Amino acid sequence: MKFTLDWLREHLDTTASAEEVGKALTMIGLEVEEIVDPAQKLKPFVVAHIVEAKPHPNSDHLNLCKVDAGTGALIDVVCGAPNARTGLKSVFAAPGTYIPGKDFTLKAGVVIRGEKSDGMLCSAAELELSNDHDGIIELPADAPVGVAYVEYAKLGTTVIDISITPNRGDATGVYGIARDLAAFGLGTLKHTDMSKVASKGPSPIPPLPHVFEEGQPKAIRKFAGRVFKGIKNGPSPDWLQQRLRAVGLRPINAVVDITNLVSLGWGRPLHAYDADKIVGTAVLRNGKPGEEFDALDNKVYRLDETMTVIADDLGPLCLGGVMGGIRSGTTDGTVNVLMECASWDPDLIAQTGRKTGIVSDARYRLERSVDPALTEPGLELATRLMLELVGGEAMEPVISGEDVFPNTVVEFPLSEVERLTGLETSATEIEAIFGRLGFKLEGTGNTRSVKVPSWRPDVTMKADLAEEVMRMVGVDNVPVDPLPRLNHVAPRMLTTLQNRRRLARRTLAARGLDEAVTWSFITEDAAKRFGGGAADLKLANPIASELTDMRPSLLPGLLAAAQRNTNRGFTDLKLFEVGQVFHSVQPEGQRTYATGIRLGTTRHWQGAAKVSVFDAKADIAALLDAMGHDIDKLQLVTEPAAWSHPGRGGRIQLGPKVVIGWFGELHPNELAAYDLTGPVAAFELDLDAIPEPRRKPTRSKPALKLSDLQAVSRDFAFVVDRDVPAEKLLRAARNADKALIAGVDMFDVFEGKGVGDGKKSLGLAVTLQPVDKTLTDEEIDKVAAAVVAAVAKATGATLRT
Amino acid sequence: MSLDAQIASLRAEISAATTAATDEAAIEAVRVGALGKKGSVSALLATLGALPADERKAAGAAINGLKTEVTALIEAKAAELARSALDARLAAERLDITLPVRPAPTAEGRIHPVSQVIDEITAIFSDMGFSIAEGPDIETDWYNFTALNFPEGHPAREMHDTFFMAPSPDGIKRVLRTHTSPVQIRTMLKGNEKPAAPYLTPAIDPPIRVVMPGRTYRHDSDQTHTPMFHQVEGLVIDKSSHIGQLRWVLEEFLKAFFEVDNVTLRFRPSFFPFTEPSMEVDVQCDRSGAEVKIGEGSDWLEILGCGMVHPNVLRNCGLDPDVYQGFAWGMGIDRIAMLKYGMNDLRAFFDADKRWLDHYGFRPLDLPTLFGGLSS
Repeated sequence: MKFTLDWLREHLDTTASAEEVGKALTMIGLEVEEIVDPAQKLKPFVVAHIVEAKPHPNSDHLNLCKVDAGTGALIDVVCGAPNARTGLKSVFAAPGTYIPGKDFTLKAGVVIRGEKSDGMLCSAAELELSNDHDGIIELPADAPVGVAYVEYAKLGTTVIDISITPNRGDATGVYGIARDLAAFGLGTLKHTDMSKVASKGPSPIPPLPHVFEEGQPKAIRKFAGRVFKGIKNGPSPDWLQQRLRAVGLRPINAVVDITNLVSLGWGRPLHAYDADKIVGTAVLRNGKPGEEFDALDNKVYRLDETMTVIADDLGPLCLGGVMGGIRSGTTDGTVNVLMECASWDPDLIAQTGRKTGIVSDARYRLERSVDPALTEPGLELATRLMLELVGGEAMEPVISGEDVFPNTVVEFPLSEVERLTGLETSATEIEAIFGRLGFKLEGTGNTRSVKVPSWRPDVTMKADLAEEVMRMVGVDNVPVDPLPRLNHVAPRMLTTLQNRRRLARRTLAARGLDEAVTWSFITEDAAKRFGGGAADLKLANPIASELTDMRPSLLPGLLAAAQRNTNRGFTDLKLFEVGQVFHSVQPEGQRTYATGIRLGTTRHWQGAAKVSVFDAKADIAALLDAMGHDIDKLQLVTEPAAWSHPGRGGRIQLGPKVVIGWFGELHPNELAAYDLTGPVAAFELDLDAIPEPRRKPTRSKPALKLSDLQAVSRDFAFVVDRDVPAEKLLRAARNADKALIAGVDMFDVFEGKGVGDGKKSLGLAVTLQPVDKTLTDEEIDKVAAAVVAAVAKATGATLRT
Repeated sequence: MSLDAQIASLRAEISAATTAATDEAAIEAVRVGALGKKGSVSALLATLGALPADERKAAGAAINGLKTEVTALIEAKAAELARSALDARLAAERLDITLPVRPAPTAEGRIHPVSQVIDEITAIFSDMGFSIAEGPDIETDWYNFTALNFPEGHPAREMHDTFFMAPSPDGIKRVLRTHTSPVQIRTMLKGNEKPAAPYLTPAIDPPIRVVMPGRTYRHDSDQTHTPMFHQVEGLVIDKSSHIGQLRWVLEEFLKAFFEVDNVTLRFRPSFFPFTEPSMEVDVQCDRSGAEVKIGEGSDWLEILGCGMVHPNVLRNCGLDPDVYQGFAWGMGIDRIAMLKYGMNDLRAFFDADKRWLDHYGFRPLDLPTLFGGLSS
């Protein structure tokens, strides 16, 4: 909230500068957002006179204005404000002026639709004085042309803007802020006279009855109202108008300005009704479902039965605690006023505020809780201001309902301050702090009964009280104390699953892929194409209409990233992400995948290589190796994922059911969906599905037996049907003589001339490792024959001749 | 012709042929012609047997002298020719070594700054005896709010701009977690010792020291806010930890993280439903230049929130707040990454622009460790 230094000094006797006040506010938890001396930023803005305004020939909403800004010449200004008219006094900015509300600097010699414009007439929003951007500022006819607007409007006082946390309803008024600063030692709080003001006679209206349906929420606690007769409304005095303007409020009329003054000054929202516009009897009741309410912000709201309204025979006059209505609003002509000072249930006000979306000064305060001890005194304060500023007769107040006082008493061990904060504070100091904050201590010894003042309903327990002490001492004065160090070497910090993600990232980056981090939510279309799209995995309120579904796979995010990069002209891409996918809303439905794509052809003088399924297979093999698994020892199934080219992809399984990964070239349909030119190689590995390595009692590795005898290698060229998986040949060859065959490599794959239609030739190198003696030629021939026989038996392959 | 004359003639002949030889084959022919089985010198040697015994010795010495002489001559020439042949071959084999090689895969792949910073944070807290705790991104309303002492309908819930999940058949209200704090609950909650999935951290008995990095979500989007971002929280629960120690942990962490000798922190009382007392922390820095310099200057930058775990939160987890106490803190991973490494637009973190990843990413083997340094 914003307030001025002058305003604060009305409640706090202090000599502190704005800077000192700002520092103290931040220290006690009322964080300063900004301290602004408006005289500085608004210096160039001057009072100006629109000598003539006529419609722009080439526009139906712009005006051509001749403006006298006291420079001695008339300035041409094109103005789009609906209220720009001949004779109006407003605020003018010359070229070169920085407009704070628009964050730009006015240029000279601007031409708007063919007409010259040498400056700008400004709205209050453009000067950052309020949110009012409906039109340019309207000044009284006697405003002196050419004088700086800050001086004329007396905006010279420093404005302090603080942000107030939701627990501090007591600090939503200048008085409450002064009270906290006084407790901190920055000055002395000045008392406000809220004593009873004598009435001129009985109230013309009865106390407002509370008429609520059984079981429906009732936001009103106590309604205090007072009728004022024969007032003289109109513009409020300059000092009040300037004060409101300085904090961004628009003065309306004296009565409304009084309600705003009390709301901002004491944190005590009021509402004023034109008593003559109330038809029949005013009551407090629930809203009716579908009932419409014309609010002061010129919008129509639909009410429901959870809301509380003040209504007359015709319908709602005010949405209780949130916003008044147009029908009963006060105007300059208002003669009789019903002033409301009511106490409300903060949660229900918050709920109504959320439902309607209304953001008002009243809601802001009431949902943070307003001191219940201020309901009737607040009305008396309003009465004093009314009598002083608009005169008339104050009638007897009408009161209905009861305030709710928490009357919290906390049994507080003084040692709690040290226990929770580490701050050593004497009992005397703690007593003094609580005294200044208005908390009453009873008893002696360590544990005291602390009575919490009515304006601090947020304080309910020991920890809250410890915070109050610390706040006033200053957190910076809490001594820094090392956390006890371990008395041993730090144990392993990461679980196997956590460490796998790290390994996966480093492995893939070391293979040349860039790590991407993409949104957890994707389009419905993408989710459906990658196996997601379940109704309960959708967001009820997505950030953008297209980002609706929790991702079932990391591929859509990577492919969308590839598309963006490709559109920027970068077509050689290697991207991966290690992150969560969502298969259900249950915690166990979330799994961590390592997923990557490669696309494009890197042209190089040593030869260009197009990506293929084997790049994806190599990536997934490298990942598995990093996790301690050999891809050749896992089950490879040639049925690929749905996103894959049906003939160029596969999956990796542990046993018949557990699929841990997929790899392949992307299906042309998916390429088309992301507007990519193929081939794109992709893989997905479910890191959570990979079994943890068995923990052994020792870390010792299996014994290593090394033969001194030279290994022998024999090459074979097999011809086999094209459909036969190479793996079958490798496996058969490996198993032909388990004792002697140390390894089988595939060194050649050939299809085409000389091999025959529907056939392929595979070159296998079989390495034999003799164990205890050098092999004779005969022995080698025997093993070779066994290899040929085994491969032939398993696959029907014949030796190529 | 006398023997001497023969020797002189052969010497001259072989010497001339040797000189005339221009390649290895030619000199080999000279060698064979002179010293081969049927060579001229060998033929001359063969005449020795026919000489009378008294002449044989002198003649033998003379012919062998010739043999030695021409052998040396031919070998020298052969060596010279071999050398020049090699030189010629090597000259012919010259390659343009300015041709670029294929980049090493390790020179191309880059680690995202968020992952790198999480590794940095992990390295620092491993030294203080912390472990990593994790929970799901889709949380129930209870874990995300209720257990953390956000009263139903309280304005504090509104500070969170929550993403709500569509209704689920089981009727449980779920949200995308707005902070990593629900993981605090999972780590402390009695009865949560056997979670449903292996990545979920089970509840442990105090003393507890955990850090909780992860994705978080808020309905917000501008240059410094994205609907998805990363947070890291810390939690210490035992029977004595207080705000003085919280200050120490944060100061030490920030010093280590920003790799500076000093940080000055400003603790401001604040409000969070799940801590009491609560504070926000600003770090002193210099923002006058293009880079933010931590540890110098006179500006304050809000960097994290913290406080003593609220007694209601401890109670909600089955811990007695009169026995157990401790503190928690939370900060934006992306935000501290931006501060340390100088990125200015958070949205770029999630755009996967290759140019950005290559520029702000980290080399795969730049592993942040305490022994090797957090950053190179």
